[in-house]
Amino acid sequence: MQFLITVLLDGLIYASYLFIVSLGLTITFGVMKILNVAHGGFFAWGAYLASISIIYLGDNEYNSFLYYFAIFLSAIIVGLFFGYIIERFILRKMYNEDIHLIVLATFGLFWILEDLILHVFGVDPLMPYYPAMELGGIEVGGIFQGVYSLTLAGLAIIVAFICWYFLKKTKYGKVLQSVIFDREVSVSMGINVTKVYLITFIIGGMLGALGGAYIAPTISVSPGFAIDVVVMSFAVVVIGGMGSVPGALIGSLIVGLVRAFAVHQAPILELFIIYAIMAIVLIIKPEGLFAPPKPRKI
Amino acid sequence: MFKGILKEQTIQVGIGFVFIVVLLGTFILPEWMSNNFMYGLSRGLAVLGLMILWRTNLVSFGHALYYGFGAYAVAIAQKYLGVTDVFLRILIAIAAAGLLGFVLGFILRRYREIFFAMLSLAFSMVLYGLLAKAEFLGSTDGMSISPSTMFGFELGRFGLFYFIGFVVILSLIFAHAYLRSSLGHLTTAIMDNEIRVEYLGYSVEKAIHIKYVISACLAGGAGGLMAAALGQVDPDSMVLWSVSGELVFVTIMAGLGNILAPFVGAIFFEFIRTYAYEFAPQAWQMIIGGTLLAIIFFLPGGLWSLFQKINPFKKEKK
Repeated sequence: MQFLITVLLDGLIYASYLFIVSLGLTITFGVMKILNVAHGGFFAWGAYLASISIIYLGDNEYNSFLYYFAIFLSAIIVGLFFGYIIERFILRKMYNEDIHLIVLATFGLFWILEDLILHVFGVDPLMPYYPAMELGGIEVGGIFQGVYSLTLAGLAIIVAFICWYFLKKTKYGKVLQSVIFDREVSVSMGINVTKVYLITFIIGGMLGALGGAYIAPTISVSPGFAIDVVVMSFAVVVIGGMGSVPGALIGSLIVGLVRAFAVHQAPILELFIIYAIMAIVLIIKPEGLFAPPKPRKI
Repeated sequence: MFKGILKEQTIQVGIGFVFIVVLLGTFILPEWMSNNFMYGLSRGLAVLGLMILWRTNLVSFGHALYYGFGAYAVAIAQKYLGVTDVFLRILIAIAAAGLLGFVLGFILRRYREIFFAMLSLAFSMVLYGLLAKAEFLGSTDGMSISPSTMFGFELGRFGLFYFIGFVVILSLIFAHAYLRSSLGHLTTAIMDNEIRVEYLGYSVEKAIHIKYVISACLAGGAGGLMAAALGQVDPDSMVLWSVSGELVFVTIMAGLGNILAPFVGAIFFEFIRTYAYEFAPQAWQMIIGGTLLAIIFFLPGGLWSLFQKINPFKKEKK
């Protein structure tokens, strides 16, 4: 029982965090058909900017509101700044290119973003643990658990709800869906697809940065820590179906729970099992568990 | 298949190029520079494998799977069988990678575009997950490889360099023979229109499968040579997805125009990396990333398109 609760808690927390990150990735892919490796760069930048601002605010109990303000603000700034630059000046010129070239370009951008971090923030690891320490911990079913990590699950639910509401209930959501369905038809209907792409990319970037910014207080933020997250969210997105929002949810739940189980039960299999699931899903249902099938174009 | 191949211009230029590189590397240049040539030639094999795949518009984001598998095959053969002979090493690396490629090819040959890329990525990360945690194979520290021998005598650095040149020439000949055969000519046809190729009576899946195995063998050979040249194998620098990304990057940087391009590109890449690391240790990734973007935007044909513009051997069209 104890073991089960540990695995469930760990898995859910990890899944929430993965969900926020891979939601950004899957939205970018769904709308723009771009597999954005630079997403890891957004993630790392969000984490760093949030860490720096939290450390700047210092360990002060009157600041607790400011911490969260800083986290969200860094995510928004990172998404806006890099999202705008990358989409406007690089990706926009490449939409007619081969899909592999676009992936490679984002790969190059990932490298650049990673090294920019070294220059802007230095090489020393940052540990902005104040928000996590302030909230303390509680006992859940006999297991001591930090409250801050639990709020991550809350954040994931809020993000999922906002995303669902936006896509299904608003006019902009419908515009987005029509662009996803067929870019050219949307253009002929008078939708400004260029603008939709820009906004989508920025929002995707913000989500990636938010994942990084929110997880920062629970980890030590050091150079190169984003490299694992990129492939992990790739796995999530592939398992759930590239471009599918519920897919990202299910995918991150699967990956989070399986990883937590492996970490506690068979640490040797930790990495292996996630990618094995990814491979198996691709073999059985290449479009992912939740993506609608595409017609084969001749 | 191999008839008259030595008379082909590509092969003659290729053999000349390898000879020059090997002679430069063994007699003239200082060791750090000639190391770049040696690693470049070895990794060029893997890039050649990727290029052959890319000509059908299949891009593997997990080719480090075969690269690392070949390297680890050499390491395992040394640990458990005591194999240090350089011929056996390269044969084991190629055979192991080829076998793995043959098995996985049955699955991968049905996939195209981004799904092909993602499934190869998944397979390579499965291997990474296994190797990074396998204690009897050294986990993330990897294993060391003892110096290679040939017929019982230690080969030394120069000897290994000659051997790498020899392997590269053989694979150039083989790759060229493959690409000019009717099977190889199917490559472009499949990229243009698969269904038409099927109607012509060829099996697209079979053609892709053969191509995939060849590509895997080349990448495995590259891994085997690299393991012997570096004297060390480890999952982070041999199997991780960023290694696959690097290989794909070199492919696009080199260009798809010619079978020699991968080797030129791989050597060039080693030099960028060494220089960038030497002069700007905190910005070398940025330099590499910037180079990648610059190539994609300003030199879509890769480095090889520069050579084509100034090619002294260019044939006049009659």
